[in-house]
Amino acid sequence: MNPKIARHVYGWLLFSPAAIFFILFTHYPIVRSCVLSFFSNPRGSKPPRFVGLSNYDYLIHDPIFWQALKNNLIYAFGTIPITISLAIVMAVWVNRRMPGRAFVRAAYFTPTILPMIAIANIWLFFYTPGVGLFDSILNALGYPGRNWLGNPDTALLCLMVIAIWKDAGFFMIFYLAALQGIPQDVVEAGKIEGAGRWYFFRRVTFPLLMPTTVFVVFNALINTFRIVDHIFILTKGGPDNATQLLLYYLFQNAFEFWDTAYAATLTVVIMVILMTLALTQFKVLERRTHYQ
Amino acid sequence: MQIEIRDVRKDYGRVQAVRGVSFSVEEGQLLVILGPSGCGKTTLLRLIAGLEPVTSGTIHIAGTDVTHLPPVKRNISMVFQSYALFPHLNVRENIIFGLKVRKVPADEIERRLKRVVDLLGLSGRLDSKPGELSGGMQQRVALGRAIIAEKPVTLMDEPLSNLDAKLRNSMRREICSLQRRLGITMIYVTHDQVEAMTMADRIVLMRDGQIVQDDSPENFYERPANTFVARFIGTPPMNIVPLCPTQGGAALEPGGRLLFPGMDPDRYLFGIRPENLRLAESGQPAMVTGREYLGSDTFVSCEIHGQEVIVRTRGRRNIREGTVVHLTWDPGDVNLFDARTQERVDSVVPARKEGRENPAGSIGG
Repeated sequence: MNPKIARHVYGWLLFSPAAIFFILFTHYPIVRSCVLSFFSNPRGSKPPRFVGLSNYDYLIHDPIFWQALKNNLIYAFGTIPITISLAIVMAVWVNRRMPGRAFVRAAYFTPTILPMIAIANIWLFFYTPGVGLFDSILNALGYPGRNWLGNPDTALLCLMVIAIWKDAGFFMIFYLAALQGIPQDVVEAGKIEGAGRWYFFRRVTFPLLMPTTVFVVFNALINTFRIVDHIFILTKGGPDNATQLLLYYLFQNAFEFWDTAYAATLTVVIMVILMTLALTQFKVLERRTHYQ
Repeated sequence: MQIEIRDVRKDYGRVQAVRGVSFSVEEGQLLVILGPSGCGKTTLLRLIAGLEPVTSGTIHIAGTDVTHLPPVKRNISMVFQSYALFPHLNVRENIIFGLKVRKVPADEIERRLKRVVDLLGLSGRLDSKPGELSGGMQQRVALGRAIIAEKPVTLMDEPLSNLDAKLRNSMRREICSLQRRLGITMIYVTHDQVEAMTMADRIVLMRDGQIVQDDSPENFYERPANTFVARFIGTPPMNIVPLCPTQGGAALEPGGRLLFPGMDPDRYLFGIRPENLRLAESGQPAMVTGREYLGSDTFVSCEIHGQEVIVRTRGRRNIREGTVVHLTWDPGDVNLFDARTQERVDSVVPARKEGRENPAGSIGG
């Protein structure tokens, strides 16, 4: 065989295992979802028919979609800044020489290795009205308890607390790695120049952590659209859609209401949001490469 | 006395990095701490800077006991081996970092910055990030950051070791002239004996955490305190060979020509610098085993009774290997060391006296 062709065949053979899985489980479903979103939902013997943009028209006028999107944004912007601040503080804290450092690091990281379902069950006990951890503490202090997850005013907040608790340790690991990438002599140069701890953090450490922060912010954003496991355990989107997030709403439409056409439409919308985020991240990270 | 180090020790667990070091530096002096890697010289500098706590001993800078003060209160500036520039700040911000920390007024900062930039030839690069600069330029920025602080004492930790040979030579001269012009008291750590010899007012040579010799460059070269110093300073290093018994005293080979009448040959080592040996018609016979041509000089390796001796001769010498040559030297250029302690010996009274009285040729041949 022509050696040039042989090389091409060789290359494609190496590429094909990954490619097959990607096409089968990622690309084909994306295309299929897009197609489905332009068709009506099949019911019994009625086959789907082409309906153009009517699914999207329905989506724009669907108040629950907007509620879910709004919840998603509150969830994202309420959790991410706090999660990241905590992650940085914890990373700076465990980056120092101190007794039991390995233990503290492991402790912060534990929530990350637990499945979200398990975490949700743990927190379910914390939030249980009357006998849960929070109510027990409140009662002991003489305050009345409340139905944390059953109240539309507090339910979403409760989910956000869990997200912060789970993710801060995970992001801490990224910051810890970045902190250890800061050369020791740069830190020492700061000491010689007389920079105090806070001044040095503000003018040197934090800017040097910027690439990590960009990475973490976008991953956290994407995660808020992707991870809804705890909603299954804790609220199922309620009460009154107070904890309805886009992905959970998509699940409900697909597998509770069996409205596959509308679920496909929601899939396309979520995908557009995620792809926009990912592309923006690449752009921003590219501009920041000179830091390294 | 600008800096005074008294019996400073530093232990890392059971490892003794610095084992009781004392020395002092006069105002405006450039002191080089020299030594092979692992001798504790960088640790010592970090102790002086306050980047590490001492295990015991005291450090005084400008009359103040700074032993337990943080770096910022020691009135020092420092240049690191890797320059330690802030990678995200441009040259200007790197240089004036410390002034901003200390809240020096803006017009004062500008005035000092202009002076330093002119001094170091950094104009036009003020907006560059360190990553966009060559190693030599980064070095200048690091120097600028140290100079602009206008601290009376500057510490330098092998600042030239990351530069190529040519740049190293010019930066060496530049640092020297800056130090003299600005009257800075400087402690300069290096493993490079050429840097030490050319830059230092005084050299402190360290080995295994201790000072081996604390002296002027001239004395280091001409009167090394022991065989370690003699072999450390000079390229090629000093020839040091054991002496052999001969009729009436010591010689370079058994039964050879008497060099040191009445001397016990087992107690001493004979040392002489390669450039102090001359090839002559008569003298100590030696067999040529090789030569290295360097352009201006030729190093001729010879063998005397199985010991290698290097002779430095000017220009080009075409001497075949295996040729027998004769070596002569001035008796005043001979260094003697104690064979047991390896320390310099200045008072082998009978031997040295007789050696000095004899004319050069007769001693060798």
